[in-house]
Amino acid sequence: MTVNGEVRSADVEPRTLLVHHLRDVLGLTGTNVGCDTSSCGACTIHIDGESVKSCTMLAVQARGANITTIEGMATNGELHPMQAAFMECHGLQCGYCTPGMVMAATSLLKENPNPSETEVRIGLEGNLCRCTGYHNIVKSVLTAAGGAA
Amino acid sequence: MIPAAFDYVEAVSAEAAIAALGQHGDEAKLMAGGHSLLPLMKFRLATPSVVIDIGRLSDLSYINDGGDHVAIGALTRHAAVETSDLLKSQAPILAHVAGEVGDPAVRHRGTLGGSLAHGDPASDLPAAILALNATMVVKGPSGQREIAATDFFTGFLQTALAADEMLTEIRVPKVPDAGWSYQKFNRRAQDWAIVGVAAVSNGSTNVALVNMGQTPLRAAAVEAALGGGASAADAAAAAAEGLTPPEDLNADATYRAHLAKVLVGRALSEAGAG
Amino acid sequence: MTAVMGTPMKRKEDPKLLTGEGKFVDDIQVPGQLWMGMVRSTMAHANIKGIDTSAAAQMPGVHSVYTGSELADMDLWIAPLPCVWPVTPDMLNPPHYPVAAETAHHVGDIVAVVLADSRYEAADAAEQVVVDYEVLPVVASLADAVAGEKLAHQDLGTNQAYHWALEPAPEAVEAAFASAVHTVKGEFVQQRLIPAAMEPRGVLAVPSPHGGELTIYSSTQVPHILKVMFAATTGIPEQKIRVIAPAVGGGFGAKLNVNPDELLAVTLANRLGRAVRWTETRSEAAFSTHQGRGQHQTIEIAADAEGKIQAVRVHLNADMGAYMMLITPGVPVLGSFLYTGVYNVPAFGFTCDGYFTNLTPTDAYRGAGRPEASYAIERAMDMLAAEVGVGPEEIRRRNYLAGGEAFEDLETASTLVFDSGHYGPNLDAALEMAGYSDLLAQQQARRDAGDKKELGIGLCTYVEICGLAPSRALAGLNYGAGGWEAGTVRLLPTGKVEVVSGSTPHGQGHETSWSQIVADKLGIDPNDVTVLHSDTAISPLGLDTYGSRSLSVGGVAIAMACDKVIDKAKQIAAHQLEANLDDLTFEGGSFSVKGSPDKALAIQEIAFGAFTAHNLPDGMEPNLNEQVIFDPPNFAFPFGTHVAVVEVDTDTGGTTLLDYIAVDDCGNQVNPMIVEGQIHGGIVQGVAQALYEVAEYDADGNCKNPSFLDYLVPSPTELPNIKTGFTTTPSTSNPLGVKGAGEAGTIGSAAAVINAVCNALKPYGVNDIEMPATPMRVWQAINEGSQG
Repeated sequence: MTVNGEVRSADVEPRTLLVHHLRDVLGLTGTNVGCDTSSCGACTIHIDGESVKSCTMLAVQARGANITTIEGMATNGELHPMQAAFMECHGLQCGYCTPGMVMAATSLLKENPNPSETEVRIGLEGNLCRCTGYHNIVKSVLTAAGGAA
Repeated sequence: MIPAAFDYVEAVSAEAAIAALGQHGDEAKLMAGGHSLLPLMKFRLATPSVVIDIGRLSDLSYINDGGDHVAIGALTRHAAVETSDLLKSQAPILAHVAGEVGDPAVRHRGTLGGSLAHGDPASDLPAAILALNATMVVKGPSGQREIAATDFFTGFLQTALAADEMLTEIRVPKVPDAGWSYQKFNRRAQDWAIVGVAAVSNGSTNVALVNMGQTPLRAAAVEAALGGGASAADAAAAAAEGLTPPEDLNADATYRAHLAKVLVGRALSEAGAG
Repeated sequence: MTAVMGTPMKRKEDPKLLTGEGKFVDDIQVPGQLWMGMVRSTMAHANIKGIDTSAAAQMPGVHSVYTGSELADMDLWIAPLPCVWPVTPDMLNPPHYPVAAETAHHVGDIVAVVLADSRYEAADAAEQVVVDYEVLPVVASLADAVAGEKLAHQDLGTNQAYHWALEPAPEAVEAAFASAVHTVKGEFVQQRLIPAAMEPRGVLAVPSPHGGELTIYSSTQVPHILKVMFAATTGIPEQKIRVIAPAVGGGFGAKLNVNPDELLAVTLANRLGRAVRWTETRSEAAFSTHQGRGQHQTIEIAADAEGKIQAVRVHLNADMGAYMMLITPGVPVLGSFLYTGVYNVPAFGFTCDGYFTNLTPTDAYRGAGRPEASYAIERAMDMLAAEVGVGPEEIRRRNYLAGGEAFEDLETASTLVFDSGHYGPNLDAALEMAGYSDLLAQQQARRDAGDKKELGIGLCTYVEICGLAPSRALAGLNYGAGGWEAGTVRLLPTGKVEVVSGSTPHGQGHETSWSQIVADKLGIDPNDVTVLHSDTAISPLGLDTYGSRSLSVGGVAIAMACDKVIDKAKQIAAHQLEANLDDLTFEGGSFSVKGSPDKALAIQEIAFGAFTAHNLPDGMEPNLNEQVIFDPPNFAFPFGTHVAVVEVDTDTGGTTLLDYIAVDDCGNQVNPMIVEGQIHGGIVQGVAQALYEVAEYDADGNCKNPSFLDYLVPSPTELPNIKTGFTTTPSTSNPLGVKGAGEAGTIGSAAAVINAVCNALKPYGVNDIEMPATPMRVWQAINEGSQG
């Protein structure tokens, strides 16, 4: 598989979840595990640019895939516009759900570059946060969308 | 929460997957996107000793014009169904309902065939398929056969698929001018429906219910009432007739029956039925 | 230097957390680590007759398997898990060890532990351990416990752990009720809640077999308290223990405990000489992490003809769960003082009975006793408004302390002295921001049109008690520790600043706020300040983060340490500039001599001079490095008015929160952006209690909804934007005039939402609805109300 632009190959036990492969084998610990039921979205990554919950995928299913994790978002030391918007709008507190939120939100904007507030809220239905009450997360995504337009 | 160990078989074709199913029997499970099976495996509620990965059979991921129907490959992702222009014009309820499944990340991985073959009575897509009178195309060792959607769901998480058969295509009749509605009631957007109602009105009206019994099912009493000339309101009152709704933390049977009536009423109204 | 206090400075914490660079416990790996796999009781109450570990021991990767009785024989601990708040001298507190040896007292009680080389192998092996149980009767609810027919702990002979009373004037209460014109009585259930911080708990204990030290990484709010408690329970010398709380993914009270899993990791690592670790799974958390709330409340108000309160009387039954955790019994006690709300209550009485059940232990959860209190009095005030026949805003106005006018240091009937308040303008601001009269008109218009979607408007005017706490006040409550906080400010030779914080963040933005305080005080760039925290080796003194205390105790300590630095620097400046102390002014980071503006020294220059110590006043110690341990003279009492607007679909019972307006007063603010974020998050946790969340148990004591599939933490889709506003009434409890904001939202919102739902359903004869107000409950209430 290609992860953040680098080819990474490994032999894995078939049952290895992709999220554990990324974290425990490849050391990419920015992708977090917040639940065990595909509910919380803390493990959201991109496969071919689309959001995917890496806790609900086997590593073997990702053979040959083009994966981006939160570690691959900033380029040349510059935060990705979505990361910058989260910082600008105080879209994070403890930061645990944040990588998944950023990945879900960038995928959302790729599919709908100019979402309404309601569309952002619906688009993030699969990502839970316990700190922010979502107000500033939604604001961050709308800010990133405005900045991109 | 970690799946129990299993042997992994990557199928290179539908035929190979069917052969593997025949070889491993009940111990094997097909996995498409994995979004029905893997959650069960993580809780060890499902412990197949062999997982046959059909997720790479890209020749089963398509949405084609079949003349009087739209043919959808079983491995088509929910997101592709949701955004298909062909479906939006010819069977818009299916595109809409695909967009109601789970959340966007789930829809990027989960497949139409996987969801239908899982046969969960609380799933959205079976109701749309039932209301559309779709046809399921399945392949087995002795070839291909077709099963009407209304004959497909046979019991709790049970379908008419034989142990060595695989769902390969879903054929959805074109209904570009039909009235339709999907009413989903839940507490959080990402959750399964507490009750859902799919209605397609194209001369006659088909009504299917989510989470109102052991299987995805058609609201026979509502359809009969409408067929007999009842008003939409009167027909909706029959929504739970003859059914034994499940009970859980969100709803007891009485409340579910009530919700079914309310939502069928709304669905019939929106679909322009009765 | 422009002002930095009171400005929405972007957070210093964010770049690391936004890029995956922040390290949570599960992100940290050490060679040779062993993973614990917990074997948890599947029975709520059962004697353990035998445990067969033979199959598990043969599993791949397994290092060892220990049962509770084997561990008990290993002399790993010298005391049970601690409870530091024995609220009464005769409180019952059955011994609670990390692993149950003879009897399991709740589902999830650890009965054996597997150590294996990997996460996966530990899970596989734990599944292979076979436990033979002798099932005992189960106290599966608070009602079961009060009934007393079954015992949660057989050897105690009772389920009641304690009776606690705050009855300063019982005769006055009796007399007020005897002569009252209006009385109302509310009975409310505070359902059990699963705190559900997004990061599950985890621990990694790393020993040094030859050096004897032990480093523990824990997902905790309280590294300092853990250090003391690990020493006290294990006998490992305290000075050999180092606790590090790395990035911590939310706490909300759930991470302020001393947990069985942590103690197991610490003792096994120490004994085996191998690193030992564990990370909770989400569905395990319902059993392995304490829960919140769990109270049955009865509140009565006596009022005169105008609705002016004459007395408030409260009784609680509180569910401790199976064991007393660190501050389990104190949670309802902490709330007791707030059942008089923001109101002038001439006579007050409160009693609480704590009961054991065979359920997961309870303890602090965001607000800890205070949201419960606020809910009860604010629901009861709406009942009183209805009884008297005035609006909910009017009944509140009539009863505000000091008539709604500004006050300072006012003694209340609950014996506390409120530091400051000014309730009237706060209510006005909220009503105006909400467009209250317009909302009432919209509600009436819908009703006139026969709309089946009812509009409901709910108010809550809350006060909270935070800034825990004056140590002497805690002594009066029989709490086992003090309430001070430590802060150190250290100028480095190059003029940069290191701050050492005793309070430990887990999302609150201490690094940013503390930098702002220091920058403002010292007149320097906040980016020249680094805040060190959450490691007992770096920050040896501290009492950590809970009870909205960080700023009003810990932040104040840092501000005071800055003052000490400035005082010392001033002496150096006077010495070096050959000026009188009185002739020096300190502005913009520089000392200058009045009338001679060219004679000046920047604080950075003084820092370097203090470091070289070449030219200091006689007898002065080198360096600018000052510590303050601040013990506040009083609590702080933030307050506010919240307005919830809901739409109730009376056909389905579904409730939608349409709008939420919060005008809070937390005194002076350091970073309004962070304050607003705290308010947002707090509000949503209260909304979640009101509409979505409850830990459900069956008659056998099984939690029916441990995962996020059924435990409904709300998502963005269910919630509206939140409109916030502020009034500013500085605290008299500290020199910064700050209060606290972490719990305020939660304390205000559950009552506001349920008041709104009840307001919507008034035409249907519905006077109350139990939390969470699920669609089914609402629909049932409408049916019953209409029929009744």
